[in-house]
Amino acid sequence: MAARRATKKPNISKDELTQYYRDMLLIRRFEEKAGQLYGMGLIGGFCHLYIGQEAVVVGLEAAAEEGDKRVTSYRDHGHMLACGMDPGGVMAELTGREGGYSKGKGGSMHMFSKEKHFYGGHGIVGAQVPIGAGLAFADRYKENGRVTFTYFGDGAANQGQVYETFNMAALWALPVVFVIENNQYAMGTAQQRSTSTPDLHTRGEAFGIPGEVVDGMDVLAVKTAGEKAVGHCRAGKGPYILEVKTYRYRGHSMSDPAKYRTREEVQKMREERDPIEHVRAMLLEGKHASEEDLKAIDKEIKKVVNDSAEFARESPEPALDELWTDIYAEAR
Amino acid sequence: MATEILMPALSPTMEEGTLAKWLVKEGDSVSSGDIIAEIETDKATMEFEAVDEGTLGRILISEGTQGVKVNTPIAVLVEEGESAEDIKTEAATTTAPAPEPGPPAQPRDADADKDQEAAPPGSGPGQAGSGSGPSQAEPDWPEGTEMRQQTVRDALRDAMAEEMRGDDDVFLMGEEVGEYQGAYKISQGLLDEFGPKRVIDTPITEHGFTGLAVGAAFGGLKPIVEFMTFNFAMQAMDQIVNSAAKTLYMSGGQMGAPMVFRGPNGAAARVAAQHSQDFAAWFSHIPGLKVAMPYSASDAKGLLKTAIRDPNPVIFLENEILYGKSFDVPVLEDFTLPFGKARIWRTGADVTLVSFGIGMTYALEAAEKLAEDGIDAEVIDLRTLRPMDSAAILESVKKTNRCVTVEEGFPRGSIGNQITALLMEQAFDWLDAPVINCTGKDVPMPYAANLEKHALTSTAEVIEAVRKVTYR
Repeated sequence: MAARRATKKPNISKDELTQYYRDMLLIRRFEEKAGQLYGMGLIGGFCHLYIGQEAVVVGLEAAAEEGDKRVTSYRDHGHMLACGMDPGGVMAELTGREGGYSKGKGGSMHMFSKEKHFYGGHGIVGAQVPIGAGLAFADRYKENGRVTFTYFGDGAANQGQVYETFNMAALWALPVVFVIENNQYAMGTAQQRSTSTPDLHTRGEAFGIPGEVVDGMDVLAVKTAGEKAVGHCRAGKGPYILEVKTYRYRGHSMSDPAKYRTREEVQKMREERDPIEHVRAMLLEGKHASEEDLKAIDKEIKKVVNDSAEFARESPEPALDELWTDIYAEAR
Repeated sequence: MATEILMPALSPTMEEGTLAKWLVKEGDSVSSGDIIAEIETDKATMEFEAVDEGTLGRILISEGTQGVKVNTPIAVLVEEGESAEDIKTEAATTTAPAPEPGPPAQPRDADADKDQEAAPPGSGPGQAGSGSGPSQAEPDWPEGTEMRQQTVRDALRDAMAEEMRGDDDVFLMGEEVGEYQGAYKISQGLLDEFGPKRVIDTPITEHGFTGLAVGAAFGGLKPIVEFMTFNFAMQAMDQIVNSAAKTLYMSGGQMGAPMVFRGPNGAAARVAAQHSQDFAAWFSHIPGLKVAMPYSASDAKGLLKTAIRDPNPVIFLENEILYGKSFDVPVLEDFTLPFGKARIWRTGADVTLVSFGIGMTYALEAAEKLAEDGIDAEVIDLRTLRPMDSAAILESVKKTNRCVTVEEGFPRGSIGNQITALLMEQAFDWLDAPVINCTGKDVPMPYAANLEKHALTSTAEVIEAVRKVTYR
């Protein structure tokens, strides 16, 4: 079956659509390269790829304004690229080099950028959820009108601290969008095997938090839902839940043989629902771009990714005295 | 027969209180459940209900009386047919002997009787007890500074209030810190002064509000998180260790968690295993955390102010039994103390006692008693455990050649073990005896009064340890 057709002409400019294509493609190619470098032994430890879920972060970043914050789990490469962090700095962190965002001390799961308001990269499932609410708490305290995107997966949605956080976020009307990236598998456990009720967007009902389900393979649908959620938060109405239905093509991590689902299931998703192919079709059918134009973008992205890989390989390992830095901040 | 109404213990650690107000008068009839008096503890004013029925025959303690010991008869109830005249003699005979302290207020050792009283000699630097001379090269405050007596409780509150006045980004959150005025009354008055935006009552949700506070710290604020007791911080251990302590490192120095986790730590009295544990060694294990555990009121104040200003996550371990204890506190506009600097409470030549927090009560008392037998102990209060003033310990042991450590925590992986290792590595040739660690026993805290007493370390144990290391 061919990629889904755009049924109606989207109310969106050519430039925007092209930008989403570009942003999603960057994540896809970056992750493919990361997988390759992992296979070569240049990246170690845990490495969780975002391939298949690109429309989630790109759509939500399109709904964000300058100064808004974001925090997520360990499957974080896509979020960092989407919020504008430098691919070379991210890739060099994956290879554990001096040029990485955390000087090689954080790795794939623990990266941060104060400049881009990216607050990690958290390795403990669910731990980023109260942290995200805390970032929103700080913004409400400072009355600066900012919103925090707090991403977590369907697996984390069963962590107790998520509900402790929902309660406080609603109680204190915190400007936080809880984005549940439902890729349907908590590591190797399918949602129906781990979750008593399938509708994660209703998990806030008991706390009075509105929620809605979103097609996470459609970047425009994500953007539209994101704008609504952000508007709700910025209007001082408290938190909002978006359950974004998505799918990861790769295993949970690089070491996952993915025996818990069939090859056919993955293949079907790739062929029928791929978020990048979706936008590509819209660009071509709407005559926003020619095959030649898209090829040029592909080439450009490939170069960015190759350059980032090159940087990540060339950047030296951290000096040994880095072992002893950044444990304590100096008192001012 | 006439029934005595006794001064009640209204908290696990209450030993005395003020009879603030009688709500009934002699001759009134009283039913069980009637509120008959208001009693003020060091934490709160509590209503006191009658348990028995009868007529209030006589009031023995008039309202406004302070320092009424728990279990002191405060009034007498008479039954029908009895008169107040009948009980005159009866009451006199029953109240004559000093009352036995009741179980809820059983002092854990003689020292607990000093609660609310003036600090022991040596509460100021340069005034170490028993004739020992001044010891600190750099005293904590300038000579001639005006001093006043203050409880640890009030010192902690003042520290928070001063820092909140000075920095709008500092806020306090925790269970009952606001409207209730603090479960242990540490935050009394803060809600009135700073309002609900900065003094935030949380739901009972330690894991959640700790994570939320970490996020607020990442977001540029300086949270003070009060745990009602540190036992409940175990629910939040992941956020403290994995999120607060490690992020500065994991982010290559980009962002960290400037915040304070504070609250009572260690055994209180008769609250058994789940509510009686000293976490000093646990938290000290973690790189990225700082750990303070003050004993005196001046240290509590000076160190808490420093902790709030520190750009790192600080674990600030208080003690319920010390809250009501008074010490000299310098009257200074902005009194802070550096971390990693021990305080030498008394100098001595024969043995070094190293302690911190409530362990200091045993160490100081042991030193007093040992002095009577001619054993001259030097007593070091570490004040902060991470960073730890290793230099002060080494310097002292190189002089005395003997060391006993004193803490309430469990023995395995204790702070005492850490100090022992330090001395083995860096002062081995100076030691004339093995180092002894006086600690709590390696058992969950029992409830029974006698068992609890034995589970804790004691002045007697410290004295025995000193006799061992001095061979005297």
